[in-house]
Amino acid sequence: MVTWLDRVRPSALNRKLWRDVWEMKGQALAIASVIAAGVTMYVTYLSNFDSLQRTRADYYERQRFADVFASLTRAPHSLAARIADIEGVETVSTRVVADVTLDVPGIAEPAGGRLVAIPERAQPVLNGLYLRSGRWIDPTRPDEVLASEMFAEANGFRAGDRVAAISNGRKRWLTVVGIALSPEYIFAVKPGEIVPDRKRYGIFWMGQHALASAFDMEGGFNDVSVSISRNASEAEIIAAVDRLIEPYGGLGAIPRRLQISAWTLENELTQLQTFGFILPAIFLGVAVFILNVALTRALALQRQQIAALKALGYANAELAWHYLKWAVVIAAGGAVAGVLAGAQFGAGMTQLYNQYFRFPALDYRLSLDVAVQSVVGSVIVAALGAQTAVRRAVSVPPAEAMRPEPPGQYRSSIIERPWRRSRLSHATRMVLRNIERQPMRSVLSVAGIALAVAVLVVGFSFITVMEDLVDQQFTKTMRQDATVSFVRPRSPGALHAVQHLLGVMDVEPFRIVPVRARVGHRNRTLAITAVGPNPHLNRIMDRQGHLVPLPESGLVISRMLGQVLGARVGDIVQLEVLEGHRPTADVRVQALIDDVLGLRAYMQLDAVRRLLREGATLSGAHMTVGPAARQRFYAEVKAMPAVAGVGLREIMLQNFRETMAESMNLQVFLNVFFAGIIAFGVVYNSARVSLSERTRELASLRVRGFTRAEISLILLGELAILTLLALPSGAIIGYTLGQLIMLAFNNEIYRITFTLTASTVAWAFLTVIASAFLSGLVVRRRLDTLDLVAVLKTRE
Amino acid sequence: MFVARGLTKVYQTGEVTVHALRGVDFDLFPGELVVLLGPSGSGKSTLLNILGGLDVPTAGSVVYQDHDLTAAGEAALTEYRRTHVGFVFQFYNLIPSLTARENVALVTEIVEHPMTPEQALDLVGLQQRLDHFPAQLSGGEQQRVAIARAIAKRPDVLLCDEPTGALDIATGVVVLDAIETVNRELGTSTVVITDNAAIAAMADRVVRLADGRVAGIEVNTRKRPVHELQW
Ligand SMILES: Nc1ncnc2c1ncn2[C@@H]1O[C@H](COP(=O)(O)OP(=O)(O)OP(=O)(O)O)[C@@H](O)[C@H]1O
Ligand SMILES: [Mg+2]
Repeated sequence: MVTWLDRVRPSALNRKLWRDVWEMKGQALAIASVIAAGVTMYVTYLSNFDSLQRTRADYYERQRFADVFASLTRAPHSLAARIADIEGVETVSTRVVADVTLDVPGIAEPAGGRLVAIPERAQPVLNGLYLRSGRWIDPTRPDEVLASEMFAEANGFRAGDRVAAISNGRKRWLTVVGIALSPEYIFAVKPGEIVPDRKRYGIFWMGQHALASAFDMEGGFNDVSVSISRNASEAEIIAAVDRLIEPYGGLGAIPRRLQISAWTLENELTQLQTFGFILPAIFLGVAVFILNVALTRALALQRQQIAALKALGYANAELAWHYLKWAVVIAAGGAVAGVLAGAQFGAGMTQLYNQYFRFPALDYRLSLDVAVQSVVGSVIVAALGAQTAVRRAVSVPPAEAMRPEPPGQYRSSIIERPWRRSRLSHATRMVLRNIERQPMRSVLSVAGIALAVAVLVVGFSFITVMEDLVDQQFTKTMRQDATVSFVRPRSPGALHAVQHLLGVMDVEPFRIVPVRARVGHRNRTLAITAVGPNPHLNRIMDRQGHLVPLPESGLVISRMLGQVLGARVGDIVQLEVLEGHRPTADVRVQALIDDVLGLRAYMQLDAVRRLLREGATLSGAHMTVGPAARQRFYAEVKAMPAVAGVGLREIMLQNFRETMAESMNLQVFLNVFFAGIIAFGVVYNSARVSLSERTRELASLRVRGFTRAEISLILLGELAILTLLALPSGAIIGYTLGQLIMLAFNNEIYRITFTLTASTVAWAFLTVIASAFLSGLVVRRRLDTLDLVAVLKTRE
Repeated sequence: MFVARGLTKVYQTGEVTVHALRGVDFDLFPGELVVLLGPSGSGKSTLLNILGGLDVPTAGSVVYQDHDLTAAGEAALTEYRRTHVGFVFQFYNLIPSLTARENVALVTEIVEHPMTPEQALDLVGLQQRLDHFPAQLSGGEQQRVAIARAIAKRPDVLLCDEPTGALDIATGVVVLDAIETVNRELGTSTVVITDNAAIAAMADRVVRLADGRVAGIEVNTRKRPVHELQW
């Protein structure tokens, strides 16, 4: 009679499944951990991607983030109506935007600020603000401003605090009455820098009338944002806006995706996504590999049982499913653990993102999709990985059940032959024979351990890679202490004024020219940096550290910019200068630099002057400043009317380390931590598989009078030899893998070079050796407690 | 039950060709207990495997009732083994991770109208060992679990390959007694392989194999109960 109890009671075959998995729980745990590691990373990265993307979409939508942005020198209000008439334009928002130098209480160095006009009584029609605290500005109080949250936070500002803005040598006191956020400044970075300086760069929203009168902009504007209708052509609208603003010093309209904050965020998101796929893919690959090896070897031990089950009438499909469930159980367990861990780390990573991407609320959300995908994905991948092992095992002919256990095929090994008559101990001989007896199995073990080494090499090298980037950018390339930029291009007179400031030692002038570069149908607005032929302060250097000299004429651009524009060496780029007489010229690309950061374009100063048909104007200068004179230098330079801003190398470096490095550290930690888990998992698994394969053999050796130490030596000696063989091959695999991963790191913001240092390799080796040692201890313990009688009594 | 004619089995391993069976004719009648006797390597196991659907002959035919086993595919053979045949292996082949009861349940769960595992184990005198794992049982007990597992489905034929091969005399008697009980009480046609002539006395018929051929068939006029056997 079949009762309900029978229905819920697991079948005998399922009980066998549980007990078999339990029996190899160490191995199962090791494999599950590797899967968990992959899933953790997948969930961490992709759920952050998901949270960020969702939050961003929501924020853009709610605050009416514009679609097209443009700056110009000055245009009358009447131009706004003409822009609004462009077909496809929905809303136009014009305003005054001004960059100023800030004198922040408590900070000696000059800070930078941007003043953005807002209506006194209402939200702007586009790029609405989110008022975090305090109140909107009072129309009757021209000094009142809203301050960006990050800046206020970093400097401990609260409503009522004051900050001095210096422009044209005049100092104005601004009173902060509210803290605000804007979709335009989710990522707020000082123009020309790459990492946000939360303390020294702030956005201030100020009443439009107050701002216009302070900058002689009454009746006009110098910045326009446009929203466009859904099916309008962005490219056509940009062209139309450009035509309209051109006579007013238009700097080239850009689409939302190139707006600096949006562009940075987008790059970050893309990287999260690629990272979220590549790393888990590698980990899952490793997991599947060791699962396959473990299962192949575990099932080989079940050969007799499989044959017996078949003789009893179990069909191949039933047995295949039975053994596939091993893999599925392990993978599902690992994946669920990974989802839980991923949710934890994901929340931590979101905290970090909050450090430099500022949303009204960036809440971490573990998306159900990501969770389900990772569990289902791992199970499917694991089942696929197990499939070959299972198929092979299940194909055993049932008649095998009738046969006695096939004896292992021993012969004396090739390796030991030269020493045959020497005093090679019996145990050593057994080790060599074991390795040689089943070369395929040894190769698989070596491959597994090598993968562990490889994953570690990759994980550890992230540390050196970041250090290299810092070194490349802040030590080798930038040798200036400060970079002063002028409000407008100036004659060399301004340079002399700066040059004669106290403490200034070496000066290297530069000219920045805003252009729109076109190649074929592609175009991009960018800034050309014009310097002398061999700049020695802010140097032009490729990733390998070679200095790149500038040719007399023509352009030298970042390789990445070449890709963006579709330009190669020798190609002509049409440059449309966006200031002054706005000349247009065709310039040849003379060289591509494989550089580290940003999209750069360089020309020689003389070549640029010919192009601009103007005299020796300069945009600023890089300089070295004697350490003793720095405080004086800062104070004086802040007050100079010609100076729009000062960038300090040391502070940039500090910011880079604080912000970028902080988030990188979490990623590096995740990589190293999980690589460690993989390494241990793989090594432990190899040791355990060998143990279970050898149990009978070793037990019979024990019975024949071998000591525990001797049989341990046989097994552990083998593990040691396989580990040693795996180390060099692992380093090579790791190097290749690292190169591949770094390809995914190539974006418009930065390019990272994979470098392998001796210490990285050494750390990877040490970790694997330590894992092998630990695994060896576990195996040794099991050997010591081996129940000889039980082992020999039953057939495997 | 079985009508096998002209069975030939050739094993080809590398260079070596082994003729395990060279034209064997074999019949098994309902309710009969046949002992297959012969020296090592004479082809006994090979014949039994073919009868049990574990293997197929190189030539010749085997018909079980109305199933032609020679023409059957993998799935049909599995179905045949599942519904009609009980196996007892020389090396027991119990699943080490399952208890005695569960080892039997392995079979009772996949067939129609089986005994309960408890009933089957009772028949072989192991009612006290239901929840022991194979490693906790003696060799003879393990073999009796194997017999319980084989008969729990109430098979039409019971095929035993040297069921006492690994056991001492006293234990062997207990095991053979269990087989005899099943044959007598359930009327299961039974084939027992042995290389021990003394055991032959328990059979209805003794078929002798030598070098892959049938060397002789004897009908046992004085069939003796197992406990009277001596060797
Ligand atoms: N799978 C196989 N591959 C190759 N040769 C085989 C195989 N199985 C059996 N043989 C050979 O076929 C011959 C008959 O084997 P079989 O197992 O039927 O003998 P047996 O009578 O059962 O002997 P034993 O009493 O020793 O069990 C033997 O020579 C054996 O070596
Ligand atoms: Mg045999």
